Amino acid sequence: MSFAPVVLRADRLSREVGGRLLVDDVSVEVRQGDVLAVVGPSGAGKSSFLRLLNRLDEPTGGTVWLDGQDYRSLPPRELRRRVGMVMQTPALFDGTVADNLRFGPRQRGADLPDDEVAGLLRQVGLAGFAGRQVERLSGGEAQRVAIARAVANAPEVLLLDEPTSALDEASKREIEALVAGVVRARGLTCLVITHDLAQAARVAGRVLVLEAGRARRVGPVEEVLRAEGTGP
Amino acid sequence: MLRELVPDPTLLALAQAAVASAAALAVALLARARRIHVERELAVALARGLAQISAVGSVLLLMLRGPGWLGVLALAGMMVAAAATSARRARRLPGAFRVSLQAIAAGSGSVIALMALAGVVETGVAVLVPVGSMLIANAMNANGLALDRFRADVLAHRREVESALALGAAPEVSVAPHLQSSFRASLIPAIDSLRSLGIVWIPGLMTGMVLSGTPPLRAAIYQFVIIAMIFASSGLTCLVGTTLVRAQVFSPAEQLLLRTEAERGG
Ligand SMILES: Nc1ncnc2c1ncn2[C@@H]1O[C@H](COP(=O)(O)OP(=O)(O)OP(=O)(O)O)[C@@H](O)[C@H]1O
Ligand SMILES: [Mg+2]
Repeated sequence: MSFAPVVLRADRLSREVGGRLLVDDVSVEVRQGDVLAVVGPSGAGKSSFLRLLNRLDEPTGGTVWLDGQDYRSLPPRELRRRVGMVMQTPALFDGTVADNLRFGPRQRGADLPDDEVAGLLRQVGLAGFAGRQVERLSGGEAQRVAIARAVANAPEVLLLDEPTSALDEASKREIEALVAGVVRARGLTCLVITHDLAQAARVAGRVLVLEAGRARRVGPVEEVLRAEGTGP
Repeated sequence: MLRELVPDPTLLALAQAAVASAAALAVALLARARRIHVERELAVALARGLAQISAVGSVLLLMLRGPGWLGVLALAGMMVAAAATSARRARRLPGAFRVSLQAIAAGSGSVIALMALAGVVETGVAVLVPVGSMLIANAMNANGLALDRFRADVLAHRREVESALALGAAPEVSVAPHLQSSFRASLIPAIDSLRSLGIVWIPGLMTGMVLSGTPPLRAAIYQFVIIAMIFASSGLTCLVGTTLVRAQVFSPAEQLLLRTEAERGG
């Protein structure tokens, strides 16, 4: 049991679109430094849930508490700086890798110095890539840049939506290791979507199982895997 | 050929309209062979266009001799109609009519007013209404193009736009590239007509002036003035339109509201 403070708490979070509940009354808390895997079948509402956490979509019920503060009281840009997100397929901006890393800080008028750009790139295994044009990157490299770009904003919480689903098995393991490294080194709190229970077991301490928008189970990874009948 | 067959001038005009429409419809049928269906829309548009322009032709004659306020009223009516037309083109955008009306009124209205005040065009109804209508019509086309292109561009790049928002960017910043490209695309017709003026086309206004005795050089320069005004009013319209529509596609909590038809239906 961890006694670190709760950084992010979804509080009876719901989202209804056209009479359909995509996210249905989900409550979960994530403590500082923890990694929570969000699993469930396709269409279960995992992405819809994650998009509520940085308020890319508006909840139709419930709210999110960030460091004990109702996130609706925060300016959206500040919230999104503090709760970073990496999407399933990296949508990089035209330009160089360094341009992408500098995008977030520049929104607040901050300029990310060269050595910090280099440090971030080293951390994601892309040393020397700063000047590369993004359209020349492979899928795995682009996903690493997307992760570094989110981390460049110095977020407290990192949301990852199936960060490895577009990658082959080898790159998948590399990204997992790199995410684990970044999360540990920066003391990030992390929520990662995956449809792969084995991956959940490798990267996360706790698991939230979504089904038809509802939280079917939440708890430590071994417990959930055992209950789901796929664990050791 | 038609001239010999149809001696009555009104009937002749109608016969000419029929032949021109037949040509337009023939193209629609050609397109149909490629499974591009515009024939219904085109037929309705042709019939409407003929009825409207004939009615206006008669009214115009009366109005041109009327008082100044009638001209202003006519221009205001044209702006509303233009806004409705270009809003239909961009109907899937929230608030398209209101945005179009504000953009067209601001864009063409201010250019008409400025030019009239500066004495670049005469303030008589006989000049102001036809010149104003040209500005409004062009502003309408440019505005429809700009809004439609903006919507399509933002939807096509939704992941980039939302990635920018997710990194703490302001909504304006997240759609800036698409605002620029739609603005540029909407002005291409106006730029091309400036560029090809006198080479690819000799505008009707100038031709009419020369026929009625204006020295060709004066007529030519006057025509240039009109085309430049068209550019100014179209440009201003698109600038206002895209800026206003930008505010429509985001919620107060800075969430992108645009969705494809499929997502909305599902
Ligand atoms: N904007 C929207 N409007 C209406 N329905 C939506 C919208 N976004 C998603 N949905 C629907 O909500 C359901 C949940 O979608 P979501 O993308 O959250 O699932 P998911 O668990 O992430 O699935 P996957 O594993 O395939 O990514 C799906 O049925 C989807 O079609
Ligand atoms: Mg998903």
